[in-house]
Amino acid sequence: MPRVSYTAPATVDEAVKALAGAAGLAKVLSGGTDLLVQLKSGRLAPELIVDMKRIPEMIGIREEGEFFVIGAATPGVMLSAHERLEHAFPGIVEGVDLIGSTQIQGRASIAGNLCNASPAADSVPPVIAARATAVIAGPNGRREVAVEAIVIGPGRTSLAKGEFVVEFKVPKPKPRQCDAYLRFIPRTEMDIAVVGCAVNVTLDAGGTCIDARVVLGAVAPTQLIVDEAAQALIGHKLDADTLAKLDLAAQRACKPITDKRGTIEYRIKIAGVLARRAAAIAFERAAARA
Amino acid sequence: MTYLDKASLKVVGTRPIRPDGVDKVIGRAAFGADMVLPGMLWGKVARSPHAHARIKSINIDKALAVPGVKAIVTSADLPAIPSEEAFVGEGPMNFRDLSSNCMARGKVLYDGHAVAAVAATSPAIAEEAAALIEVEYEVLPHVIDVEDAMKPDAPVLHDDLFTQGIDPKPAKASNIAKRITFTKGDFAQGWKEAEVTIERRYTTQPVHQAYIEPHACLVSVGADGQCTIFSSSQGQFMVRAYCAKLLGIDIANIRATPAEIGGGFGGKTLVYLEPVALALSKKAGKPVKIVMSREEVFRGTGPAAGGVIEVKYGAKKDGRLVAAELVVKLQAGAFPGSPVGPACMCGFAMYDIPHVNIVGYDVVSNRPKVAAYRAPGAPNSTFGTESCLDELAIELKIDPLKLREINAAKEGTKAAHGPTWANIGYTQTLDAAKAHPHMKIALGPNQGRGIASGFWFNIGGESAASVYVNEDGTATVVEGNPDVGGSRASMAMMAAEVLGIAYERVRAVVADTSSTGYCFLTGGSRVTFATGMAVTQAAEKVVVELKKRAAMIWDISPDAVDWKDGKAYPAGPNAGSFEPLSLGEIALKAGRTGGPISAEVSINAQGAGAGFATHICDVEIDRETGHVKVLRYTAVQDVGRAIHPSYVEGQIQGGVTQGIGWALNEEYVYDKHGRLDNAGFLDYRIPVASDMPMIEAVMVEVPNPRHPFGARGVGEVPIVPPMAAVANAIADAIGTRMRDLPMSPPKLRAALDLQDPPRLAAE
Ligand SMILES: Cc1cc2nc3c(=O)[nH]c(=O)nc-3n(C[C@H](O)[C@H](O)[C@H](O)COP(=O)(O)OP(=O)(O)OC[C@H]3O[C@@H](n4cnc5c(N)ncnc54)[C@H](O)[C@@H]3O)c2cc1C
Repeated sequence: MPRVSYTAPATVDEAVKALAGAAGLAKVLSGGTDLLVQLKSGRLAPELIVDMKRIPEMIGIREEGEFFVIGAATPGVMLSAHERLEHAFPGIVEGVDLIGSTQIQGRASIAGNLCNASPAADSVPPVIAARATAVIAGPNGRREVAVEAIVIGPGRTSLAKGEFVVEFKVPKPKPRQCDAYLRFIPRTEMDIAVVGCAVNVTLDAGGTCIDARVVLGAVAPTQLIVDEAAQALIGHKLDADTLAKLDLAAQRACKPITDKRGTIEYRIKIAGVLARRAAAIAFERAAARA
Repeated sequence: MTYLDKASLKVVGTRPIRPDGVDKVIGRAAFGADMVLPGMLWGKVARSPHAHARIKSINIDKALAVPGVKAIVTSADLPAIPSEEAFVGEGPMNFRDLSSNCMARGKVLYDGHAVAAVAATSPAIAEEAAALIEVEYEVLPHVIDVEDAMKPDAPVLHDDLFTQGIDPKPAKASNIAKRITFTKGDFAQGWKEAEVTIERRYTTQPVHQAYIEPHACLVSVGADGQCTIFSSSQGQFMVRAYCAKLLGIDIANIRATPAEIGGGFGGKTLVYLEPVALALSKKAGKPVKIVMSREEVFRGTGPAAGGVIEVKYGAKKDGRLVAAELVVKLQAGAFPGSPVGPACMCGFAMYDIPHVNIVGYDVVSNRPKVAAYRAPGAPNSTFGTESCLDELAIELKIDPLKLREINAAKEGTKAAHGPTWANIGYTQTLDAAKAHPHMKIALGPNQGRGIASGFWFNIGGESAASVYVNEDGTATVVEGNPDVGGSRASMAMMAAEVLGIAYERVRAVVADTSSTGYCFLTGGSRVTFATGMAVTQAAEKVVVELKKRAAMIWDISPDAVDWKDGKAYPAGPNAGSFEPLSLGEIALKAGRTGGPISAEVSINAQGAGAGFATHICDVEIDRETGHVKVLRYTAVQDVGRAIHPSYVEGQIQGGVTQGIGWALNEEYVYDKHGRLDNAGFLDYRIPVASDMPMIEAVMVEVPNPRHPFGARGVGEVPIVPPMAAVANAIADAIGTRMRDLPMSPPKLRAALDLQDPPRLAAE
């Protein structure tokens, strides 16, 4: 009969030890909204579960100089309730707000969303678009990597055995910098993104884009940073021609699959649509910050 | 007696709280999975991973060796029974097929088909052991789609299935179980007379009933052979009858208790688990409980049929229909018995058409056996006929509502499938729709409005009910129909009305099979009609008895007693000579006037009133994503008399919601091996609350004179018009006709791209 042990360490070091010491599969638990579902369905049979929610530094949002520091196990509701974060990164909060329902957001964390490594994860594109980094703890100490370096394929991460994300560092926005995240689902809630798109832009005083990141979700094995799409924006205002170029660039970047959630052709078209719509929102928000 | 004068009603037509409401809201109601018995074991069903395969062998040794495993059953543990049509559920069923559906015999016919079951001391052990059952399969070619299954070279599911209804009787086995026809007039003649003709083809997908409560049961086979069954179903008498037959048990030895039911919609009008659990319990000598997972529900139960619908209309330029043809090819799933009959009969039932030809095919394929789902068959055919009528209206340049008025069935119209209509309220639904403010709301860009009508027969049937007067002047109503939509409240209301006492003084309970007379299952929108009739008659008998007792107390003739507002009054020559006696006062003296006061009535209720509805739907299309938003929805329905208006509205809103889901997103996704790829609510997309507008239910009341209060069934017709209403609204919004369900965003976007080719990177 399958058996599983559970531990809830109080410090990062204890957590590292517990994970490193496990003989079989050991899984980190933040909100559990992915993990428990996988356990129940029998897709996953870990030997050990290490709960991160008792580690104080892993829950909550701090401001450290030029960064927001978000504890990896912080539930979504805390992000949405954080006024300064919400003001700085409405797109990140939009991503978080789309995860499941109020109940789910009471548990679900960004780290879990990221490390579950679904191409459709909603909070991940805006976090990548914000050029956030992740601080990783492991048997060899701590290291810091760009968030986009963590997911390497559906269900697969670059984290080594015993490693886990402790916190995210999100550089605070520059003047006239803002973001937006949109996803498309066939229904209005409780669904998985067919396509997701985050756009993070910085404008000059005249409304011309001077920096941009466009990140697509659910159209490739991992989230995609679409440089060509960013280039379509940089140096331009959001006119019809720019939007058309952005649309095409987003479409070209897609490497989707056909599955029960959408066809290749449809996903590609929608990627272009969402890129335009998200860019329009991000531009408007950034301009409003002048 | 009848109580058709609405103004004289005190209880019927009000909106009291349902007796089962509080427990359901606070989570205390006992649903199928909530019961426990001492010493109970847990069952788990092992299911086929193949769509079609021969079972070469089943080895249970490893599973039996797991500590805690107490019994394992396969089809060898269920008696082999001969082919025999069953009339205990809703829709066609054969006892032999049902047995093979509960436990595969020789072959598995769909992904998820039960092959064996384990009973063990815990759910985890049962699950582990079920996974250790070794089944050797010879995988056979499979077929999922209905028209593929009809092809001459299709893999054949049943060697002994020869198409019924064709002459001469075929010599080759086929997946077409039967062909049926209905004709009225001379279609060829009518087609010649037509000035405008239209021919279209539509498809619908099978959809799951998607009740929130998975199938669950707890059964016990005693050492002396007496069995108890506690399960969630739409009919404890249905459960009893099927289990008795499938296991060869005397009916008197089964006591089936209905759990509270967390939705059925037709999907719980047959059994899956109960016979298996009984076989396990018999073998293990302990009670056995089985609860399905949601994945099992999707892979192993339901769905409603989907199919192909071909429609032809011939009309005069002024809009009069002169000819119509309907061809319906319906999925039956793994065993014969799709609702093709009702599908054929319902498609044109709203109209007066002189020349009609209807052909239906019942087709098996490698999917779960279909189960009833609200108005079984009607939504399929009506999606075709009501979409096509809209297409005709556009062609004729006649307002779609007007076109329906021109051709509407009325009192005395002979329907294509046979009956001559009496006391129907179809035109009244059109009038109410036309007059509704909804029709006047202006539409914006990318918005459209669609109209569609629908019909459902509604049935009566066998029902028994008892009314007991209690010592304190309250009353208890006992009946045998699981309460799926507030029927306990309606039963209590009808009894209270007849007895002349407050609703709060009457409690209605749904009893087990040994505690009440036979009731046919909860289906066909029959309960408020048929069981309501039994309750009313039982209450009337109680009133007769109450009058007799009062007469005895007063020592006058019972004929000289009136019953009014819950009291006996001396009447005629004795009027005013005694103080009136209340029900409570008479009840208190019952012991001295002849004993307890009660009555039981058992009937086969006839005269169920036909149900007609007309729906109005507004949509808005996001042209870039293909997403359809339902903006407004008004459902007008002839309900006869709304006994409890809130629960009638609930039925209408629920049916519409399910119909919108069927229209927009619901479908099964099978992979190339015939395995179901979306066996869960994440990817099987029923609507969520935020997808729905407020659905306005407009109740037109054309009383059914065959029911004491004028009630008609109301639970099924609401799901009949929505798919066409949505499709017609979409066509109005974008000028493109969607003929294949679901009208999901990718399909809509593809249709829009044909109108207005986009710039695509792929080019
Ligand atoms: C009903 C429902 C609806 C949902 N809807 C959405 C949706 O709309 N959009 C969406 O994107 N997701 C959705 N999800 C999925 C899920 O809620 C999210 O992915 C959520 O963010 C996961 O976070 P968690 O904290 O619950 O992760 P957990 O379940 O705790 O963990 C998920 C994975 O990440 C690993 N992990 C967790 N924390 C860490 C860490 N600190 N370091 C390294 N690895 C870690 C775990 O080991 C596990 O493999 C839904 C889930 C449910 C049940």
